[in-house]
Amino acid sequence: MSYPLAVTKRMMEFPSDSHTLARYLTTGGYEQARRALAMTREELVELVKGSGLLGRGGAAFSAGLKWSFLAPSRPAYLVVNGDESEPGTFKDRQLLERDPHQLVEGTIIAAVANEVHHAFVYVRGEYPKPARRLQQTLDDAYAEGFLGSGIFGSSYDLDVVLHLGAGAYICGEETALINSLEGLRGEPRLKPPYFPAAIGLYGQPTIVNNVETLSNVPHILADVEGWKALGHEVDTGTFLFSVSGHVRKPGNYELPHGISWRELIFDVAGGLGEGRSLKTWIPGGASAPWFVPGDHLDLPITKDATGQAGSMLGSGAVVVMDDTTCVVRAAERIVRFFAHESCGQCTPCREGTTWLELILRRIETGQGREVDIDMLVDVSDNISVGLGWPPKMTTICPLGPSAVSPIISITKYFKDEVMAHIHDGGCPYPPSSRFGARQNGGGSS
Amino acid sequence: MSRWRPDTQERAVQILAHYPERRSAVMPLLYLAMAEDGYLTEEGMAEVAEWVGITPAQVLSVASFYTMYKREPVGRYLISCCTSISCMLAGADEVLHAVEEESRVPHGETDPGGLISVEHAECIGACGGAPALAVNYELIEGVTPDKARQLVQWLRAGLPEVINTDEMQSLFGATASFDWAVKEEWGATGPYPALPNLGTAAGSEKP
Repeated sequence: MSYPLAVTKRMMEFPSDSHTLARYLTTGGYEQARRALAMTREELVELVKGSGLLGRGGAAFSAGLKWSFLAPSRPAYLVVNGDESEPGTFKDRQLLERDPHQLVEGTIIAAVANEVHHAFVYVRGEYPKPARRLQQTLDDAYAEGFLGSGIFGSSYDLDVVLHLGAGAYICGEETALINSLEGLRGEPRLKPPYFPAAIGLYGQPTIVNNVETLSNVPHILADVEGWKALGHEVDTGTFLFSVSGHVRKPGNYELPHGISWRELIFDVAGGLGEGRSLKTWIPGGASAPWFVPGDHLDLPITKDATGQAGSMLGSGAVVVMDDTTCVVRAAERIVRFFAHESCGQCTPCREGTTWLELILRRIETGQGREVDIDMLVDVSDNISVGLGWPPKMTTICPLGPSAVSPIISITKYFKDEVMAHIHDGGCPYPPSSRFGARQNGGGSS
Repeated sequence: MSRWRPDTQERAVQILAHYPERRSAVMPLLYLAMAEDGYLTEEGMAEVAEWVGITPAQVLSVASFYTMYKREPVGRYLISCCTSISCMLAGADEVLHAVEEESRVPHGETDPGGLISVEHAECIGACGGAPALAVNYELIEGVTPDKARQLVQWLRAGLPEVINTDEMQSLFGATASFDWAVKEEWGATGPYPALPNLGTAAGSEKP
């Protein structure tokens, strides 16, 4: 079954030139930015608040509410978060490469709504191609007078600057991103007092919005009721899922909230390979606790239903694992990511993620002991008290608790398989040529 | 007095003009420093410190936080193999192993001639085309161990001056995360991200 599209519509209809200014202009491009300039700030903020648009970067916080919290002092800044780095997520890459003018228009509208004259787009360093395409887009918009001084012939000035990251997952966290943009180490700030809406970039009020979030904004201005109706009654609009792992048709799929996981995995993404069966899947990026077919396959994909079942939609990254997957190996790989990306400020995360990685590795390589399961839970408890969801953090940011998600998952659903590793002297699955590539140091992100 | 080439200095001036505060330019200027010297040298960091008006130690504190600022000599071609969850499920460990074997460079190291560096990378955002790798941050999706070996041979034999993602994808890749659709005209000139504004990108068509 196919569903109506919003943010990926243009690229599907005009695959060869959806990224160009010419195509954007012939498909209604920049009409909403012009309209925004004729509206009041209050009207714009209320419109987006009323649309129900939730942030698409992972936290699913109301975008309009975020805008309404912006403190009154000026200058204020807008930062577009294109530091997409959550394992399993590749949707913003497609939006940046294939429809960058849509993002720029959303950025203009957000800037006008929040009386911002200086915006930054932070694109992760490993995305030079999307960055090149965005820079070309910005150059074109400046040349047309859509950016710069007196945009669209108005008296409104707006500069948008592309800023390239340099390989640090944590910079996707909004306060870490702000530090990075200020030329500091990308370490998250403590909230309170550093809520960006009050004390953000250069100590000024700052809005941080994700690429997909802002890409939706022109569609909301064009037809708010039509846009809302694309989704679920509570989770309005569409949601861009990045589906990867053991499915026949991995890819980005723009879908309404409210369909089931069964439909997403077996219909939209083509199901699993010949003779394989579904073992588990991650519903919302590496940070999210896993789901299993027995409990979750027919749940509707909404923020609330996913949260009540103990996980989250996060960045929309669905990673599917079939019955050939060793869950200890999968958990180790995810925990290793967080251990590598921990910024090191908070002891429970810096030390804990490393220990979780080491314990999982010894279980996988046959050196596990029965107490290791308790130790995994104990170390996790130091990072995320009670191993609940949403986590009770002992850390400044959610990175540490994210590393606990695979531990929650394997101890809850796959304890027998973990125990088999311990009792039988190692992994029952065929070996890979390299388990745990991190021993020799090196590495990047 | 800057020891950078005049065109690099010009870029530095343009970059500084984009930010309300000078210190914000430290990240792009670190890329300029890498492009100038091939990797991030002590002298390069001292130069960046002067441009933005902070101490070399403050520059080092930033540079050491981010994995893409290489403070050791790095090969002309940096091969980054993604081994995060989605790529791992698709056999990324075998791809990395093939690259290491063919290049005779273990991950985290560079060959003695300074031609190839190999690293395993955390998620590079190509999960729909897993397993994926990048050469000088230019992507190839849907790689196999055999194709990865051919890539290493191709780099060694051809010594391409500009690394173009489309060219590599057509030679060594298969399924991609999504339709790339449009021909990519730019490519990388060294082991750092290729952006025209940084002077690190060149047209793929040789003049």
